Amino acid sequence: MAGFLVRRLLDYAVLVAVAASLAYLLAATALDPRSNYAGRTPKPPPAVVDAQLTALNLNDNTPLLQRYATWAAGVLRGDFGKSVTGAPVNEDLKRRMGVTFRLVVLGAVCGSLLGVLAGALAAVRQYGWFDRLSTGLSFAALAVPVVVLANILILLAVWANEHVFGRQVLLVSGEYSDGLDAGFWGQVVDRLQHLILPTISLSIGLIAVFSRYQRNMMLDVLGADFLRTALAKGLSRRKALLKHALRTALIPVVTYFAFMFGALLMGATFTEKIFGWHGLGEQLINSIFTNDVNTVAAISFLAAVAVLCASLAADLLHAALDPRVRA
Amino acid sequence: MTLSEEELAEELSDGVMPKAPSRARVVAGRFFRSRQGQVGFAVLALMFLLAFVGPLFNRWTYTDKDFTAFLQPPSSSHWFGTLQTGADVYALTLRGMQKSLVVGLLAALVSTALAAVVGAFAGYFRGWTDRVLSWVTNLLLVLPAFLILAIMSPLFGGAGRWPLFVIMLALFLWMVTSKIVRGMAISLREREFIQAARYMGVPPARIVFRHVIPNLSSLLIVDATLNVSAAILTETSLSYFGFGIQPPDVSFGTLIADGSKTATYAPWTFWFVAGLLVVTVLAVNLVGDALRDAFDPAARR
Repeated sequence: MAGFLVRRLLDYAVLVAVAASLAYLLAATALDPRSNYAGRTPKPPPAVVDAQLTALNLNDNTPLLQRYATWAAGVLRGDFGKSVTGAPVNEDLKRRMGVTFRLVVLGAVCGSLLGVLAGALAAVRQYGWFDRLSTGLSFAALAVPVVVLANILILLAVWANEHVFGRQVLLVSGEYSDGLDAGFWGQVVDRLQHLILPTISLSIGLIAVFSRYQRNMMLDVLGADFLRTALAKGLSRRKALLKHALRTALIPVVTYFAFMFGALLMGATFTEKIFGWHGLGEQLINSIFTNDVNTVAAISFLAAVAVLCASLAADLLHAALDPRVRA
Repeated sequence: MTLSEEELAEELSDGVMPKAPSRARVVAGRFFRSRQGQVGFAVLALMFLLAFVGPLFNRWTYTDKDFTAFLQPPSSSHWFGTLQTGADVYALTLRGMQKSLVVGLLAALVSTALAAVVGAFAGYFRGWTDRVLSWVTNLLLVLPAFLILAIMSPLFGGAGRWPLFVIMLALFLWMVTSKIVRGMAISLREREFIQAARYMGVPPARIVFRHVIPNLSSLLIVDATLNVSAAILTETSLSYFGFGIQPPDVSFGTLIADGSKTATYAPWTFWFVAGLLVVTVLAVNLVGDALRDAFDPAARR
């Protein structure tokens, strides 16, 4: 197991390095920081622009490979360079990382738990009302992209605040209310009010996917001989379902989680941007518009690390669930 | 002259052999017998009809501006209402739908073709080919597709360069399918008919294209269908943030982005296009699911 883990980690380190380098090279080729200065009045003299760009390691007159070498040397020292405004990228991203982390973790936990639960329930009572309902709902949910879902949620929340609650219960913008003075519990409630809609928007897609997948896996397991044996030797139905069926059916679903994580990050990007959370995803979209090469590359690096961490976590969970892997 | 038993039987039945039903016909029959297949196919056909024939019955085109009607609700002259600029929402929506459907279909075709070729080569040749191709597949899985497409968006930003966008979109949809194809190709290469072809001296590339890929056609057809919906959804998200189809061209994504800003007081600018998008994707998914059942001989009737 230890050898396997070390080999995996090495593999992943290489993949992250290549992915981040690729992202940097792509961003440095496709984005044009020089155009940021073109629209300014009065027009800054070209020599000043050049000096500024060179100081930020963004000058397109420097050969691409040289810029890349400077950037890579910085990254190896743990420094992702400066943004187009001259602020260090590290500080900005450190602050934003926490925001995204909260959102993604909550979304992933809610989405996968509820999805697995719904799928398992649907499979146990195949063709019952819950099975039909969840199948229909997940089909519908899979057809609604996050950008549309988030907007629909906002519209619904605005309507509900006005007509159902009569006051602002569901808050649709930002992570917390600025300058709110309501004590500790007031703050907690305020944060929760902000958190509900983004979490729903992020997890509905996951719930739909996981419930479909878990249902199919569970159905395969429910017909298996070992489950009949477990029941025949006198295990209660609940115990057999929980300990033998659910656990076995979880194994492929866990592997699937690693695949889903990239999509989850993408969903988090859209959710953050639409709900006005100042996280990494929002910054990614903004920094592409401001031609901020270093920030884009740093976020790509973090995204690659996150995807691989998820896949490592899936491997470990797989080992925890399946004794054959541990051997 | 002696006749073997078979020849005798053939003679007795007037030389008419019972014909095996064609596979395409069996699958089509199963597909159209399922409720999902019927509904999905009908809705999808309707959507295509609406997108490509619908504009003919409208007196506004998507570039027209009606300066007597700004942000008007649906009426007899503007079926879906108008935008703040006076543009006709019906005309815009159908135009966006055309673009989204075409982009989705093309991207799905290209990405499935890519998945088939990469997966089949990796699975059939094994060794170094496999290692290199699998590594590239993993690399693309690690890089979130949205990120790369968004970074590259300035490159395909100009008007009329959407084919490039289609290709880029396709480049990030093929990885999971190609992994499945690879797994199936590994087991296919040990089958007798492939071995026979190999021993008869058929060149390996020809074996892949003539024997391996055609034998995975059912998987590929189903996957291409499901990729259409994935491509439409990705296109919508990218265009929503301004990274995909660029103005003056419109697509579902750009329309939803514009509509969502005015949706609270002018719901017609958002709900028609969002509804059509959801119905289209739903229909594609239903067709894909029904096709999968139709191709699967073990599926429950």
